[in-house]
Amino acid sequence: MNLRRDVFQAIANPTRRTILLLLAAQSMTAGSIASHFDTARPTVSKHLQILTECELLKQEQQGREIYYHFNAQKMREVADFLEPFRQMWEEKFNKLEQIMLNYKSK
Amino acid sequence: MERKTNLTAPDGKQEILIERIFDLPLNLLFLAYTKAELVEQWMGNKVIKWDHKDHGSYQLETIGESGNVLFRANGTIHKSIENQQIIRTFEMENSTFPVQLEFLEFESIDNNTSKLAMKIVYKSVLDRDEMLKLPFARGIHLAHNRIQQIISNLK
Repeated sequence: MNLRRDVFQAIANPTRRTILLLLAAQSMTAGSIASHFDTARPTVSKHLQILTECELLKQEQQGREIYYHFNAQKMREVADFLEPFRQMWEEKFNKLEQIMLNYKSK
Repeated sequence: MERKTNLTAPDGKQEILIERIFDLPLNLLFLAYTKAELVEQWMGNKVIKWDHKDHGSYQLETIGESGNVLFRANGTIHKSIENQQIIRTFEMENSTFPVQLEFLEFESIDNNTSKLAMKIVYKSVLDRDEMLKLPFARGIHLAHNRIQQIISNLK
């Protein structure tokens, strides 16, 4: 499985979630999306690439500019909310495991 | 990404099943669930009350930076059998979620591996589904906060 295309990986990142919410309101160019963040533009481009690869965003050429659109259909699949719940437990259990491994070696 | 935790939420049932294999001997896994100072560390909450025995009870809380209570939960221990089983309740205080019943089964796989099977029973299917949505809703909520912050910075 290509992890890059995992939708849940895509929305696990706060910057990418913010991009999705920005684009849910209106289509934007990469430049105007980047202007909403303090992070470097190549970083934002990388986030856009990941979101596009997992089909949460669509690109559309308008004249010289490329506009990013929010793909609501794909987002509905994400609304299958089980995965974030599972991940929450996975994180807790990973922490438990780490703490107990340290405890054991004491 | 490694997926060690399995979650099952059968349609139309008011329960969920969570299974996890730990790279820990059984006694250490059980200890993580029964010793207050260890629970505090992995759950990330402060233990206010901890009386882990049959018919005992517990209370956890998280205090925010300004001293306000962000989260408080409590429950009773119905039964605890060392290295085998814990049956307890869990209830979030000041929330609309009813109390839930938890069955935790602990099992040794080998000297360094153990398994936890957890069955959580909710009051209704709807209550279960609302609880399942919490982490997803929180993720979206955080993104909303970030946008609000951005917008207020623009003003």
